[in-house]
Amino acid sequence: MSAVENGIGASVTRKEDQRFITGNGNYLDDINKAGQAYGHFLRSPYAHAKIKNIDLTAARAAPGVIDIFVGADMAADEVGGLICGWGISSKDGSPHVAPPHPCLAMGSVKHVGDQVAFVVAESVQEAKDAAELIEVDYEELPSVTDVRKAGVAGAAQVHDEAPGNQCYDWEIGDKEAVDAAFANAHHVTKMDLINNRLAPNPMEPRAALGEYDRGTGEYTLYTTSQNPHVARLILSAFVNIAPEHKLRVIAPDVGGGFGSKIFVYAEETTTIWASKKVGRPIKWTADRSEAFMTDAHGRDHATHAEMAFDADGHILGFRVATKANMGAYLSTFASAVPTYLYATLLNGQYKMPCIYAEVQALFTNTTPVDAYRGAGRPEATYVVERMMERAARDMNMDPTDLRMKNFIAPDAYPYETPVIMTYDSGDYPQTLNLAKNMISYDGFQARKAESASRGKLRGIGSAAYIEACGIAPSAAVGSLGAGVGLWESAEVRFNPTGSVTVFTGSHSHGQGHETTFAQLIADKLGVPFDNVEVVHGDTTKVPFGMGTYGSRSLAVGGSAIVKAADKIVEKAKKIAAHLMEASADDIEHAHGVFSVAGTDKQLTIGEIAFAAYVPHNYPEDLEPGLAENAFYDPLNFTFPAGTHIAEVEIDPATGVVEVVDWAAADDFGNVINPMIVEGQVHGGVAQGIGQALLEGVVYDDDSGQLLTGSYMDYCMPRADDLPNFKVEATNTPCPSNPLGVKGCGEAGAIAAPAALMNAITDALGKEIDMPATPEKVWRAAQSA
Amino acid sequence: MTSVTMTVNGKSVTRDVEPNTLLVQFIRENLRLTGTHVGCDTSQCGACTVHVNGDSVKSCTMLAVQAEGADVTTIEGLANGDELHPMQEAFKENHGLQCGFCTPGMIMSAVDLVKRNPNPSEDTIRHELEGNICRCTGYHNIVKSVKSAAEKMGG
Repeated sequence: MSAVENGIGASVTRKEDQRFITGNGNYLDDINKAGQAYGHFLRSPYAHAKIKNIDLTAARAAPGVIDIFVGADMAADEVGGLICGWGISSKDGSPHVAPPHPCLAMGSVKHVGDQVAFVVAESVQEAKDAAELIEVDYEELPSVTDVRKAGVAGAAQVHDEAPGNQCYDWEIGDKEAVDAAFANAHHVTKMDLINNRLAPNPMEPRAALGEYDRGTGEYTLYTTSQNPHVARLILSAFVNIAPEHKLRVIAPDVGGGFGSKIFVYAEETTTIWASKKVGRPIKWTADRSEAFMTDAHGRDHATHAEMAFDADGHILGFRVATKANMGAYLSTFASAVPTYLYATLLNGQYKMPCIYAEVQALFTNTTPVDAYRGAGRPEATYVVERMMERAARDMNMDPTDLRMKNFIAPDAYPYETPVIMTYDSGDYPQTLNLAKNMISYDGFQARKAESASRGKLRGIGSAAYIEACGIAPSAAVGSLGAGVGLWESAEVRFNPTGSVTVFTGSHSHGQGHETTFAQLIADKLGVPFDNVEVVHGDTTKVPFGMGTYGSRSLAVGGSAIVKAADKIVEKAKKIAAHLMEASADDIEHAHGVFSVAGTDKQLTIGEIAFAAYVPHNYPEDLEPGLAENAFYDPLNFTFPAGTHIAEVEIDPATGVVEVVDWAAADDFGNVINPMIVEGQVHGGVAQGIGQALLEGVVYDDDSGQLLTGSYMDYCMPRADDLPNFKVEATNTPCPSNPLGVKGCGEAGAIAAPAALMNAITDALGKEIDMPATPEKVWRAAQSA
Repeated sequence: MTSVTMTVNGKSVTRDVEPNTLLVQFIRENLRLTGTHVGCDTSQCGACTVHVNGDSVKSCTMLAVQAEGADVTTIEGLANGDELHPMQEAFKENHGLQCGFCTPGMIMSAVDLVKRNPNPSEDTIRHELEGNICRCTGYHNIVKSVKSAAEKMGG
């Protein structure tokens, strides 16, 4: 527990809740501007088609229509297409293929929902009605949606620029060493695994409100973004909307993101561009159907994996070949997800002498795929942990014993893996043992027998996951192809009366930064929690920001705040020394109290802040004011890890899987607000259970139509689908950032699918793919 | 245009609306009460839940004109001035929200749930909230919030 009230380690209730529970949140669609018009996109009804002609005559004459735009209009303004910001090279050294990604179609459409035209009208209804009057002459083309078919000879070609639909064919690791390991193996386990495609589904749909000021030449884009500065950078430097200093991006209260609001999309780009064309603010708000068609999807891997063991069950080598679906276009960070965010984690928590992974990324006529909660790391954990459990069953071992035998030892850090990561700290046996105790692992057989007496099948399954978070050291990601640095910035600004405003480049869309970051200031500088205001999400207010994703906000953004606070302390010491007529070297500081060593003289940070702004008695060589900026670039990734164990009971008569117990034992390093961290685990596990049991984007194989385009068809986890979760934590502090924190936002989504599918496999005695719907489970149970 | 009159959060309001205006559009766009949210197009997510004559209703399933003469309460009208409703207080105390987008609808549904089930079991809470989707919390702390509020509300 902290030395100060509401400091580090305290489960402080959240500052932001007051506005959300009273209906005073300020989400994008809640904002309205004088003279605002409304935008609506006409979208492709086909998975793949050539556009032979677009006739706007009737639509332009419809009531309320202000203007209608098509791809040629944006091209005429030299407003470019969308980009992918991470370059991946194939085995042969060639760069990944990034075909044109126009905001509005240029002669063809590549997936259902692709943007064809943008109608601006006086009301949403008038814009929609007018869009129905647009006559598009399509020539439908063959399509491909299944990643397993996209690379096959004769498959429909999505882009002329990408022969065989290949985006890249990438590798990592030591192929020869792995071949040699397999040649000497006592046992080899093989699996084919599907990681199902998911729709992210933050509850607030994406939206944009664009405004152009003719007087200043400035654009303001309000958008549902996890990283408004990155959006501004891309829209300026690559898309050519406006120079950075003439483009303000504001991400107000954002109703969830889970990765899908990282990216720069066609709709936001078109909206801000068109606001100047029509000379009025334009608002566009996605409906849920549009969200299903256009929010970047997640996962969608098909993998073959082989693991070699010696006679004692020690891992000798690991071989993985994955096909990753990129969708119709390369989204903002899509290329990095199945490579550096995936294959670099295939080492899991284990001593693996050698690994070789190949990833072929393929275009299909589907919604683009990019980072979704966990982004590559859930896919890696799913492969590693399904393999470990299967191998244990093959070798007649308890799966937790096989893991324990192969764990990296707690004293082996820093630990270099064969796939370029250096794990910083951890204690994997500890989290596994904790999870086993939490779920009473040893009593499972008795519970299984009891279930059997009622005609039910009971199963238990584990997943010992690891992730690389705190993304990321700029030099490291730069060497791997990233187009940006991944530091974070902060300003800590004292006001003359002693309250503090913190400006952070991290963006909160549910994570509770306004609370957690205020706790840091309360703890480090002794300012009462209620006197700290956290500002984020506005490129004009915040110095800069790389945003929130990859569980990086506290490890990177929080560390930037701590660095700024340290600078405040350094300056405050000089002011205190002057005021107390002592040497700065003799000033001691703790939680905002500055004292002269060996005396009873002391000043509080509030008194010092006042002196800094009213510098009547002040050091001559010191600037007035008390505000400091800091940029923090992490030294390494962080490596949260832990074990989740799921217990299920299956009714073989209905195929319904009931999750009867869940134990999550996580090592997140130091924790600032345990209440918030537990909430993050709950939400992550729920999304992981959703993937394993309920969710899956489905396209019709023949037509390429999206069959799961609403909540009537795509099964979201509801309150009665989920159990209560047992959540506990261990702590090996992270050595590479000043807070010792590792990140907690994605862990649940990474661990849960493998744990749950292992439990279902245990219950059924056979393997099925996600999602384990009642029909699939029932069929498996019937044929058992 | 059709004239519609109803009482919203204790105040009588009259507006001219298109006959096809949904109650949620009327609340958000005509009255600018933006605490009631829209999260889907198929009446599944429950973000738009309000009370009509004391019962919880998904306000996207009802036309504004169908609420003629009705007594409507939105999330903005739930607290008694600065004094939060016990359900609002419980969501804050138990971390029953993260991004906050589903929260107004969730709270309005939960208030109605407790009115009909003064001492709800966990199963009842989970079943009753089946019509409200939350993507952030995994429902664990929402269930805890509702249970805690029910106790405080004298169940």
